Amino acid sequence: MSPRSDAVWSAQGTTPDAIEAALRQLLIERHAENDRFMPARVLNMIAFVDRAWTGEIANRLRGVGRYHASRLIVFAYEPRRERLDARVTIASEGDPESEAIALLRETVVVEIGDRHLDDLITIADPLVVTDLPTLLWSPHGHYDIVEELLELAQAVLLDSVDEPIAREALDRVCGLTGRAYVVDLAWLRTTPWRERIAAAFDPPRLRRELNTITNVTIRHHPESTVAAMLLAGWLASRLRWRTSPLVAHGVDLVGKAHGARQDVTLRLQGAPELLVRGLEGLTVETASGRSLQLDRGAGGLRARARDPRGNVHEWTIPGASRGESGILGEGIRQALLRDPTYIPAVTVARAMLP
Amino acid sequence: MAVAAGQPTPKAEAGNPLVEGLERLPVAPTTLVIFGATGDLARRKLLPALYNLAHDGALPERFYLVGVSRKEKAHEDYRAECAEAIRRFSRRKPDEEVLKALLENVRYIPGTFDEESVYAELGKTLDEFEQEAGEPLNRAFYLATAPHFFPVIVEELGRSKLAHHAHAEVRVIIEKPFGTTLEEARELNRRVLAIFDETQVFRIDHYLGKETVQNMMAFRFANGMFEPFWNRNYIDSVQITAAEDIGIESRADYYDKAGALRDLIQNHMLQLLCHVAMEPPVSFTAEEVRNEKVKVLKSVPEPTPVEIPQIAVRAQYGPGHAGGEDVPGYLEEEGVPPDSTTETYAALRLEVDNWRWAGVPFYLRTGKRLARKVTEIAVTLKPVPHLAFSQEGSLGVQPNQLVLTLQPNEGVSLRLGAKIPGTRMIIRPVNMEFLYGTAFLSQSPEAYERLITDAMRGDATLFTRNDEVEAQWRICDPIVRTWAGTPGPLPKYPAGSQGPKEAELILREGDHWRAI
Repeated sequence: MSPRSDAVWSAQGTTPDAIEAALRQLLIERHAENDRFMPARVLNMIAFVDRAWTGEIANRLRGVGRYHASRLIVFAYEPRRERLDARVTIASEGDPESEAIALLRETVVVEIGDRHLDDLITIADPLVVTDLPTLLWSPHGHYDIVEELLELAQAVLLDSVDEPIAREALDRVCGLTGRAYVVDLAWLRTTPWRERIAAAFDPPRLRRELNTITNVTIRHHPESTVAAMLLAGWLASRLRWRTSPLVAHGVDLVGKAHGARQDVTLRLQGAPELLVRGLEGLTVETASGRSLQLDRGAGGLRARARDPRGNVHEWTIPGASRGESGILGEGIRQALLRDPTYIPAVTVARAMLP
Repeated sequence: MAVAAGQPTPKAEAGNPLVEGLERLPVAPTTLVIFGATGDLARRKLLPALYNLAHDGALPERFYLVGVSRKEKAHEDYRAECAEAIRRFSRRKPDEEVLKALLENVRYIPGTFDEESVYAELGKTLDEFEQEAGEPLNRAFYLATAPHFFPVIVEELGRSKLAHHAHAEVRVIIEKPFGTTLEEARELNRRVLAIFDETQVFRIDHYLGKETVQNMMAFRFANGMFEPFWNRNYIDSVQITAAEDIGIESRADYYDKAGALRDLIQNHMLQLLCHVAMEPPVSFTAEEVRNEKVKVLKSVPEPTPVEIPQIAVRAQYGPGHAGGEDVPGYLEEEGVPPDSTTETYAALRLEVDNWRWAGVPFYLRTGKRLARKVTEIAVTLKPVPHLAFSQEGSLGVQPNQLVLTLQPNEGVSLRLGAKIPGTRMIIRPVNMEFLYGTAFLSQSPEAYERLITDAMRGDATLFTRNDEVEAQWRICDPIVRTWAGTPGPLPKYPAGSQGPKEAELILREGDHWRAI
């Protein structure tokens, strides 16, 4: 592990101006100490969290490694708190003696209570680095706070599978659309699956079979229905299927979409044996009798392909699991990118809700 | 209620509608064959690159690897060697499950590269892989061997009918050096293109795979502010430096045959010059980008024997100090002949004779055992036409200088004149700096990861075209020949220094080398 060097400032009953001045001073001191200390200037991130869970959130953010926002502002909320306390940490990645540059990352934890919420934006605004994009994350709900701070943010990070009710999750995304770019961790969990379906049908001779898909089955963690809906919504939106609401069959959701040439049977199956959130596997079948099945496996996705003559081939597509911290890190990185296929997928997924 | 789904873009409609929005584009199922599979390049670069692609899920859906090398060994032993090389040289600690999945489809074929039976066995193996996969597989032959084997392997591939496939793409990836003279480069092109079509050939210059070099295109063509002054009216000179602080280490055998000019200037540094001087391409397709680079190279006049002493300098490092240690001179390095006249330092002054650049000197210099490791491009602007301030008591007003640093700290710095705080109007130069490392979250992939993927995808943008290689040699070959015909000993510079004082001789009056 690379050596780390932290500079810390803290104060009780402080003000945003004092916090901002402390940040500036600590950065000047670090740079004066060694000019290889350079502040990262990529992204602001504002996290609004319940104070009781601050440690858990800190652990999650610690796992994102190099995808740590350059300035992270954590509002630790405790309803009855009267006083505004703050702690600023300037952490260095790497050793300035041995590396070309040692990036400095800033974390500001501000402890607030109900009395600060009405004017929260006036506390947050002086703390973000001007001209850097700002990502807003509220992992414990508090949607009213998201609304309050949205003016400061260009992107909102959320995880649609956190919502127990799929419709509410997708409604929420749609409600934010147009006001901020939404980075949805549930969507990012579908990335390897989307990449693999796209690749499987990429050879020109197979591309035309995208128009002849007859069955799509998606197996998912019971709490990750939204992730399966998003994957189905992505396929439907990219392939221009007309969709109707799915129907519940026990724990499964089943329905039909209408492609240019034929109907497509969609089945979203809960996979109780899956231990982590997300998708377990999928099967895509075409009218020619071709099928592609992908499942999670050791060292990558386990693929099983059947060609129209009935020949079956099985193999592993190598790839490492990103883990939940990897997904969160990817979410932070994605705040600087734009995926034009997400909102169409959400729109279709919402229309397929039972 | 039925809903009409989102409309794919027209571009996506023409191709695969599922790739829209994906950061990683699909790569067709491929078998990669590495000739020279047990060599240094394969172990240190290619195998770790393949592992990292596998780790990121960026290899083709179906991927097979065949190693070909002289040493006799079983498939299993080769897989164990691959695993060892990956564990040792990968930029990340390998995930053992991913490594196992990658190595499942690895085979090894022993034999010399001119042996017919090797290609018969290779053909059989490629067919077996296709049967196993149940579909045709693209083939990529990576020539990671000594250069004299390149034509041998290519011709054997042709003779064995492995250079073409009725239902899949076949590509050949050729490492540098692509010839050591213009004649050799032409002859190699002739022999390669007798078997393969140019669209099948991917000549590696790993510099082009570096993010930093690609960033130069973004820097120039994604920012409107530079274009107005990017020409002879405002730019006074351009200096391109690739300095190394290390010596030749254990590469005496290679280096003494190559020298600094062939090792870095003929390929990498001329590529950098092209990136500085090229016109904006119509689009970023392989052909358009390479057309523009070739135009730049063709605009550089071929040096005549009379000009060469005025525009080219070579030297060798002598004993000196580096990193606080005494270090030997080049001639004392292990494996170097005591009478060697191979240059470890080369500097050139080139002109780009076109409308944009006529009269602007482009200085290129490279060397081993210099004061510091740095690769940079310094663009010096012309001085302001009139100075209203007194220069008394200050460092003076200096022309603006834009420095693009490629390594070690990739970034851009702009030298500006600023007033020294105080009651008098005294100016001194200050630097406005931007470092890429402070502004991006992602880690740059290794150059070979990008290049292997691009070659498997058939995207030749970052590879050198046949006419480009020959155009590079057209510039360097006269210098190589003149130097070869000029007896030594060469001028010396102390190890750890700024280079030979003779380098000053090629500078235009009033110009100076930047401190390394």
